[in-house]
Amino acid sequence: MIPETLTEAVTEAPILDTQSRSREWQAFRHNPLAVAGVIGLAFLILFSFVGPLIYHGSTTTPHLLATLQPPSAQFPLGTDSLGRDNLARMMVGGQLSLEVGFAAAFMATFIGVVYGLISGMATKWVDVILMRVVDIFIAIPSLFLLLFVDSVFHPSAALLVIVIGSLSWFAMARMVRSEVLTLKRRDYVEAARAVGASNWRIMFRELLPNVMGVVVVNATFQVADAILTVAGLSFLGLGLPPPTPNWGEMLSSSMSYMFQNAWWLIYPPGVAILIVELSVNFIGDALRQAFDPRLRKA
Amino acid sequence: MFKFVLQRLIQSIPSMLGVTIIGFFLVHIVPGGPAQAMLGPKATPLRIEQINREFGLNKPLPVQYIHWLGQLLQGNLGVSYYYNESVWSLIMTNMPRTLSIVGIGIVIAHVVSILLGSIQAYFHDTKFDYVMTALTYFFYSMPYFWLGIIIILVFSINLGWFPSGGLSNPLNPNPGFGSWVAHTTLPVLTLVLGTVAGWGRYMRTSMTEHLVQDYVRTARAKGLKESVVVLKHALRNSVLPLITLLGFALPSLFSGVLLIEVIFNYPGMGLLFWDAANQRDYPIIMGVVVITGFLTILGNLLADLLYGLVDPRIQYN
Repeated sequence: MIPETLTEAVTEAPILDTQSRSREWQAFRHNPLAVAGVIGLAFLILFSFVGPLIYHGSTTTPHLLATLQPPSAQFPLGTDSLGRDNLARMMVGGQLSLEVGFAAAFMATFIGVVYGLISGMATKWVDVILMRVVDIFIAIPSLFLLLFVDSVFHPSAALLVIVIGSLSWFAMARMVRSEVLTLKRRDYVEAARAVGASNWRIMFRELLPNVMGVVVVNATFQVADAILTVAGLSFLGLGLPPPTPNWGEMLSSSMSYMFQNAWWLIYPPGVAILIVELSVNFIGDALRQAFDPRLRKA
Repeated sequence: MFKFVLQRLIQSIPSMLGVTIIGFFLVHIVPGGPAQAMLGPKATPLRIEQINREFGLNKPLPVQYIHWLGQLLQGNLGVSYYYNESVWSLIMTNMPRTLSIVGIGIVIAHVVSILLGSIQAYFHDTKFDYVMTALTYFFYSMPYFWLGIIIILVFSINLGWFPSGGLSNPLNPNPGFGSWVAHTTLPVLTLVLGTVAGWGRYMRTSMTEHLVQDYVRTARAKGLKESVVVLKHALRNSVLPLITLLGFALPSLFSGVLLIEVIFNYPGMGLLFWDAANQRDYPIIMGVVVITGFLTILGNLLADLLYGLVDPRIQYN
């Protein structure tokens, strides 16, 4: 199996392409933005997923004699109004926020890419109709649709992924389609067609690798958007059901203690979301610089 | 010009119809349908049947849709279950408030981001540029809802300069313009800080690209004053993409203003929608979705026209 794919890779991919891909990787790796972004994201992933293995706090046990406590030796990030350990909740809360965000972004990217490829390759009328559908959905602010669907169905984490994923692929589809429209007139596509390649083969073997740059860059921003959406929905009280905490919900409930100045409840979830967003935006910008030769520094 | 506007309006009709189809469909994906929603979870099948007949909900969906669309065209969006008031009049009360936040926010954000972006581009790779780039990254990544909370903490709770929310003081029955300004400043500030970051970065890139173009060099070679070169030549061209960006940004601006209204308890369309979503008040939900969809499409049209005004290369005929 492995030798077969290897030879396939060698014979199919033009040599120039592999060279330029490694150049992009080089550009990305040497970009300080990328380094900062990867470190920030890695830190939060470790914090959320490895953290609970080291710090054994309970996310649900209420300490009724120690409610709304500022940080102390026993509770490094203080306690909330029910006397629950804030640090433990921050760690576990990150898991859900990150998982749902990444999964939804992956789903949106997948749908957007396939839809964009189909629309770009389809006959004129099919393309017009497919894009008109995208235009209509783009016109409606997605948060409104998400809030509505959430209020009706009270989704679980898995359902929330599906809902966010299926309502945020429109911009990606539009972008991939416009790339396909310019790429499909290139010689290598004509050549593939002349050899008798099917539309599907052209889409996934010839066009897909060439739109990958645009896709990867925008998928990163899609992750930033999705994490923000999950947090925003939870903040509005219509995200994920309790008792499992998540950053958006923690931020939203901290608002009630604003006048008591419970800063240890207000800042940590906000800072965590900010670090994720900053890291992902850094990575996205570094990728964009890597893939766009005009922005690539020598 | 008039012909062009008319043409674009006609072209946007299919999109608007699409928006109404989505709005209509929304209420019919609710389990049990509108009758169940109206009567609540304890409704008897008989009563549901009765309501269905009364409101014509037992007719085929396309017939219902045509009927609903006819009502919509007459400005009738149904009656809110919760307020028992016409959805149209509820939206008409709340919409101007939302539009004033968005409108004022857009104008301020544009002025600031054009200024900031141009100055950064002109003095690129200086200390000022680096600090501003870091700051814009920071605000760009900051979620609206957290930004709003911090703004309340700083300007309302700690400094006590502005009220923390609402639109008027409940003890004052006749709030004047001053009260409106006091209550609207922080929501607008939140929107501006949240959007300036992205637009400023965009403006910086655009201006940087234009400052090295041949036509700028030609203008300098002609001996034009530097201020004319930068302000009349480079700036005017660099602003163009920002206008297109505005059209694309409208939906996310509406999403953002929803969060802002919830944080500041500001009674606009966003808060109306959020309350409706919590109370399952479907006519309001449907109405707000349709109206915001329309507003976005019209806003895009407006952005197109604006583009033509600033770009003399575009002619309408």
